Amino acid sequence: MDVKVPDIRISQAHLQPEPAARTEMNPADAGKDGHSAVRRFLLSRGNSAFADRTFHVLMVLCALSIFAIVGLIAWRLVVSSQITWSKFGFHFFYQTFTDSVTGQPMFWDPVNGYFSAVPFIYGTLVSSFLALLIAVPLAVGLAVFLTEMCPRPLRGPLAFLTELLAAIPSVIYGLWAVFVLVPLLREYVNPVLVKTLGWTGFFDDSLNPTGLGFLAGGVILAIMILPIISSLTREVMTAVPHSQREAVLALGATRWEMIRVGVLRNARIGIVGGIILGLGRALGETMAVTMVIGNTPEIHKSLLANGSSMAAVIANEFTEAVSDMHRSALIEIGLALFIVTIVVNAFAQLLMWAVTRGAPSQAH
Amino acid sequence: MSAEDYRLRSRMRSLTDKLVSVLAVVATLIVVAPLAAIFGYLIYKGASSLNVAFFTQIPKPEGEPGGGMANAIVGSGVLLGLASLIGIPLGIGGGIFLAEFGRGTRLANAVRFTADVLNGVPSIVMGLAVYSLIVSVHSPLIPFSGHFSGFSGGVALGIMMIPTVCRTTEEMLLMVPKAVREAALGLGVPNWRSVCSITLKTASPGIITGCMLAFARVAGETAPLLFTALGNSFMDANLNEPIDALPLRIYNYAISPYDDQHRLAWGGALVLIALIVLAVSLVRFVTSRGVLKGAS
Repeated sequence: MDVKVPDIRISQAHLQPEPAARTEMNPADAGKDGHSAVRRFLLSRGNSAFADRTFHVLMVLCALSIFAIVGLIAWRLVVSSQITWSKFGFHFFYQTFTDSVTGQPMFWDPVNGYFSAVPFIYGTLVSSFLALLIAVPLAVGLAVFLTEMCPRPLRGPLAFLTELLAAIPSVIYGLWAVFVLVPLLREYVNPVLVKTLGWTGFFDDSLNPTGLGFLAGGVILAIMILPIISSLTREVMTAVPHSQREAVLALGATRWEMIRVGVLRNARIGIVGGIILGLGRALGETMAVTMVIGNTPEIHKSLLANGSSMAAVIANEFTEAVSDMHRSALIEIGLALFIVTIVVNAFAQLLMWAVTRGAPSQAH
Repeated sequence: MSAEDYRLRSRMRSLTDKLVSVLAVVATLIVVAPLAAIFGYLIYKGASSLNVAFFTQIPKPEGEPGGGMANAIVGSGVLLGLASLIGIPLGIGGGIFLAEFGRGTRLANAVRFTADVLNGVPSIVMGLAVYSLIVSVHSPLIPFSGHFSGFSGGVALGIMMIPTVCRTTEEMLLMVPKAVREAALGLGVPNWRSVCSITLKTASPGIITGCMLAFARVAGETAPLLFTALGNSFMDANLNEPIDALPLRIYNYAISPYDDQHRLAWGGALVLIALIVLAVSLVRFVTSRGVLKGAS
C-alpha cells in the first residue's frame, strides 16, 4: 500500500503536464485545429467512413436491384395484359367457345377474337407431368447409383456428364428432337404404343402420324429436367449422415434396405423439393417444346396428338400477333406462367431450405 | 417363423437388393444414352457443315445453298457482351451485400429468396417483360426503346445472369476465412478496400466460375431474344437495330423446310455447344484445384 500510493501520485502528476509538454515540443502542431501529430497523420490518410458508407450503399443498391427487376417484370406484365383482363377477367382461364360451323368446342382463334388459355394450360400440364413421370424414377435411380453404388473412379466423370446434360441449350435439344427423337418415335415407338396400349385411348396416332405431339414434348422435357432433379437428389442424399447408413447396416439390412430406410427416407423432403424444382423448369421450358409439340390450340385425350403449351404459344405467335388483343392475351398467358412458376419455385426453395438448412451449404 | 420361411425371406431380400442395383445401373445408362446420342449426332452432322464460309459469310436468301452464320456469331458476341456488362456487376454487388454486409439480416434473406425466384422465371416470360418494358413503349427515358433492338436482347440476357452470379459470389465469399478479413482490418485498411482487394481477390477464381456458368447459360438462350433482338439476316452490330444471335438462327433454320438450312443449323449448334462445353470444363478445371476445391 505504502508503495503504491506514491506511484499513483506520480502518474497523475505525469498526466497533467503532458499536453502542455507536447505543445511546447512542437508548437506548429497545435496549429489552427489543435490536433495532435498522430491525429493529423491519421487525418492526412483520409477518412474512410465516407468511402465505406458509399460502398455499402452501392452494394445494397445492387441487391435491391433484384427486387426492382422482379417488381418491374410483374408490373409490366400486368399493365400489358390489361386489355384481355378487362374484357374476360378470370374467364380467360376456363372459357370455351363453340365453332359456329362444325359445332365443335373451340378455344383460340385470334383472327375472330376468341381467346381462351384452356388448351395451353392443358398442354403445359400434360407435357410437364409426362416429363416428371419419365424423369423422376430415372433421376432417383441415377442419384442412388452415383451416391451409393458407383465405384469411386466413375463417380466424377458420370456426375460431370449429367451436369453437361444441364448445360445443353434448349434450342439444341429442340434441334435434336426434331431430327432424331421425333422420327424415332414415329417409326418405332408410337406403332408399338398404339398396338399395345391403344385401347386406353391415350395412344392414338390416327389424327397425327407425324410423331410430333405431347409425347415428344414430354420425352424431351424429361431429358432436360433429369439433371436438375438428379443433382438435387444427390445433394440431399449426400447430406444424410453416414451414421444413419451404418446404423441400418449394423441391423443386418441389405444395401437396398439401407438405401430405402437409411437414406431415401431421410432425404425424402429434399427429393420432393428437387422434383418440384424440376416441375418449375418443365412448366416454363419453351424452345424444345415449341419445336416438337405441334402447336395447335386443341385438346386431345391422345398423347400422340398435336397440342400446344403456354410457353410454346407465346414463342410461336407473339411476333406475328395480329392485334393488341392477341398480344395482350399472350402476355396474360405469360403472366400466369410467371405466377405459377414463382409459386412452384418458392415452394421448392422452402422445402430445400427446410432440409439443407445448416447442413451442406456450410459443410464445404 | 420357421427356418424355411427365414431362408426364403432372406433370399427374397438379397434378390430385391440385386434387382435394385441392376435398375439403378439401367437408369444411369438410360440417362447417359441421350447425352451420347445428342453429342454424337451434333458432331456427326455439325462437323461436316463447318467450313470457312460458315464463319465468314452471312446467310443466303432462303432456298439458296451456301452462306454462313458470321452475323449470328458477331451478334451473339455483342449481345453477350452487353449482358455481361449488366449482369456481372449487379450480380457481384448483390453477392457482396449478401456475404459481407447483410449476413443473417432479414433483408439478405429476402434478397436471396428473390434471386432464387428470379432464377426460376421462365426465359420466355423474361422476353415478354423486356418486350413490354423496352420494345413496346416509346419513352425518352429508356434508351433504344420503341422498337426491336439488340439493346433489349442484351438487357433480357443480362437480367438472367444476375441471380446465378449473385448466388455464386455469395457462396465463394462465404468460403473466404474470417481471419483474412480480420488481418486486413487489423492493418487499418478501410472496409471497402478490404472487401475489394482482399476478400474479392481471394474468392476471384470462384466468382469467375460463377460468371462463366451464367454466361454459358445465357449464351444458349433463345426464348428471351425472340421478341427483343428479333434476328437479322445481315451483318449488323448496332444495338439500336434488330440483331442476330446464334441460338435464334439455329431455331429459325431448324424449323425451316430447306435441307441446306438444316445443315447450317447443325453447324451452328456444334459451335454453340463447343463454346458452352469449353466454358463448363474450364470451370470444372479451375474449381477442382487450389483453395476453392469443391466449390460449385
